[in-house]
Amino acid sequence: MATKELLKEYTRMDKLPHIWCPGCGHGIILGSVIRAIDRQKLDPNKTSVISGIGCSGRAPGYVKFDTLHTTHGRALAFATGVKLARPELNVIVLTGDGDCAAIGGNHLIHAARRNIDVTTVVFNNYIYGMTSGQYSPLTPHMKLATTAPYGNIDQSFDLCKLVTAAGATYVARGTVYHTQMLIGLIAEGIAHKGFSFIEVITHCPTYYGRRNKMGDAVDMLNWQKEHAIPVKAAAKLPPEKLKGKFVIGELHRSEGPEYTEEYQRIIDSLKRE
Amino acid sequence: MGKNEMEAVLMSGNEACVEGALLAGINFFAGYPITPSTEIAEGLARRLPRVGGKFIQMEDEIASMAAVAGAALAGAKAMTATSGPGFSLKQENIGFAAATEIPCVVVNVQRFGPSTGLPTSPSQADIMQARWGTHGDHPAIALMPASVQESLSLTITAFNLAEEFRTPVILLMDEIIGHMREGIVIPQKGEYVIKNRTKPTVPPEDYLPYAAGPNEVPPMANFGDGYRFHVTGLIHDETGFPRGRGSDGDYLVRRLINKVMSRLEEILMVEEIGMEDAELAVVACGPVARSAKKAIAMARELGIKAGLVRPITIWPFPEDAIKVAAKKVDAIIVPELNLGQMALEVERNACGDAPVYRLNRVDAELITPDEILAKIQEVK
Amino acid sequence: MSSQREIRLSGFGGQGLITAGIILADAAIKEGKHAVQTQSYGPEARGGASRAEVIISDAAIDYPKVKEPDVLLAMSKEACDKYLCELQKDGILIVDSYYVKEVPETEAKVFSLPITELAREELGRVIVANIVALGATVQVTGVVGKEALEAAVLDRVPPGTEDLNRQALAIGFQLGCEQLAK
Repeated sequence: MATKELLKEYTRMDKLPHIWCPGCGHGIILGSVIRAIDRQKLDPNKTSVISGIGCSGRAPGYVKFDTLHTTHGRALAFATGVKLARPELNVIVLTGDGDCAAIGGNHLIHAARRNIDVTTVVFNNYIYGMTSGQYSPLTPHMKLATTAPYGNIDQSFDLCKLVTAAGATYVARGTVYHTQMLIGLIAEGIAHKGFSFIEVITHCPTYYGRRNKMGDAVDMLNWQKEHAIPVKAAAKLPPEKLKGKFVIGELHRSEGPEYTEEYQRIIDSLKRE
Repeated sequence: MGKNEMEAVLMSGNEACVEGALLAGINFFAGYPITPSTEIAEGLARRLPRVGGKFIQMEDEIASMAAVAGAALAGAKAMTATSGPGFSLKQENIGFAAATEIPCVVVNVQRFGPSTGLPTSPSQADIMQARWGTHGDHPAIALMPASVQESLSLTITAFNLAEEFRTPVILLMDEIIGHMREGIVIPQKGEYVIKNRTKPTVPPEDYLPYAAGPNEVPPMANFGDGYRFHVTGLIHDETGFPRGRGSDGDYLVRRLINKVMSRLEEILMVEEIGMEDAELAVVACGPVARSAKKAIAMARELGIKAGLVRPITIWPFPEDAIKVAAKKVDAIIVPELNLGQMALEVERNACGDAPVYRLNRVDAELITPDEILAKIQEVK
Repeated sequence: MSSQREIRLSGFGGQGLITAGIILADAAIKEGKHAVQTQSYGPEARGGASRAEVIISDAAIDYPKVKEPDVLLAMSKEACDKYLCELQKDGILIVDSYYVKEVPETEAKVFSLPITELAREELGRVIVANIVALGATVQVTGVVGKEALEAAVLDRVPPGTEDLNRQALAIGFQLGCEQLAK
């Protein structure tokens, strides 16, 4: 489908233009989610898109599905309720690095542990953008933020490793620079039965790039291009060559019992009693 | 011995809450273990899958409330149960459900606080939290059972009010009612009313999810029914979308409050005993009202015309019942298991027409009939 | 008030006293009476002191707690020492002689019964001492009928243990009879 048709089919045109800053990568992620949904031919009437608070939290408002903009950090907990109550729905969670790794961190690891069939897309711009530039659990060491004026001394999470360890059965990382790959990764995540997790490296030129002297949006996209290493290439590189870089592509895939199916199994077994 | 008494079964208030929820048609429960409410979660963990419903133990209290709201949006009749510390944690998402008009039931089996307090001891110290626990102006409906039978019947009522008014309804139980066992009669089909949320009758393209219907309550579509609408905790207009306008806030907040306050006759439940000729009123709720009932009988044996006003609906507060009582009696006594929460409402509504005397215990014991009688004799 | 009986079952955690309280209340309900059963919770419910209380009445029960019981079952020395002072003057005290070797001075009517001993010797199962105690208590107090009690016991015990519990109950009834005859 051409962009114009995609927009017409899946977006609430009257809600555009969006509120994100000029140069923000969030629109590219939302566009990729729409293309992935279209690629997987999801029934729009059976698809719920759920978010928390922050710049990412506004994404569902622009798309023509059942959409739910919840409280800060809780998107996955609301999504668990929606999915368990009505397992036939496709449930997609759009969240940010602060929303899902800080205030929502507990819900993230437990959603992964349950392997509930929800697709989670993290808009990781390394910063709290909506509140104008505080450090998040993904802000790299010694980067600047309004709440880290002398450099961030926190160590950051590797969210993909975290959710893999917690039990997610599909884990991938992409960037907004590598858009085609990103669409594919999200589409795979949607197709996968179980908890799917896609971390998307995006850029916040307004509150992260400017303060950390990373240039404008184009410079930040180039930074993504230069620092992303595809998973196959990374496998051949010695650790020192990977220092300061990040790996993109499908990072983990496994099979495991899916939560709502497990619950249905209990219901069915009781029926037979 | 009546027929009903023959059919009575022994169960605890928490168990009766489970039975009531099942009769009301619950099909989703999310919770987190906390004393003294845990038997409700345990009961529903056993029973829900047997009727095709879903139970989930979430990672925390916050998540439980979120999952309940999510499930209710997907069409479920959803409930959670907790106690003091957990009730505190749920407050933000209770506010979300109030603002987004998601019907659900929150059971708070009150325990002694503040903080971890005395986990296995009773209290009535969450009365004000049930009204004002979440931030911002918001509607509140809360019911307080005084018996195991009422734990069952008010759980059904709580679901009905939630569905009818599209708002979270709080069942404010306590450790005494939750844990004590009494004989109760489980009503048969047809002996109780079940209400369900009003569905939109317009096609999806014409659906305005937050356009108030005749009762200020908007018809509610479920996620997955093809209406493809938006729900946000931001101040929204009738389309459900935020526009950042104060005037939308003014309209929404007033409507949320008004949808409850304009139909009080459907919500308020008050039990009155001996108020026809009472010269002194005891205003008590929950298990304290049981002591008060006995104390009133004892007082009447001594020739003191005492009466009982028992708010079953604690929020909205039955203001008129107090106003009428205050005009009639010479004194009002408010015994409660806190340092004076309901008393604030009674004092406000007595408007000086009758002096209000407090009787409070915060030593984890139920106020006794003798104590109330002594107070009656003291103020008479 | 005359028809109201208040029973406290006390001992230590693990003796099944709360179960006994539930069964007793259930028996009363089965007879069409009103009953309220409450219990003490907390750390004391695990290994330490434990107690269950039952009010049985022909009329509706308002205040649900037991302050001064007219029947006290004490299955530990500690429980006996702690609660005896609250027992009504003309009340009934039943003690398990295995744990309570010496009954303190009291005006109450005292029944000192080898409850745990018989559960062990006759049935080889100390775990049913609570049911033996219930049988004896009901026999000497008449708070509920024996048939209702047996029905309540059989409703509440784990499947497969019905015979064992029936025997325990019979031993309890027998114990009570012997004592009353004395």
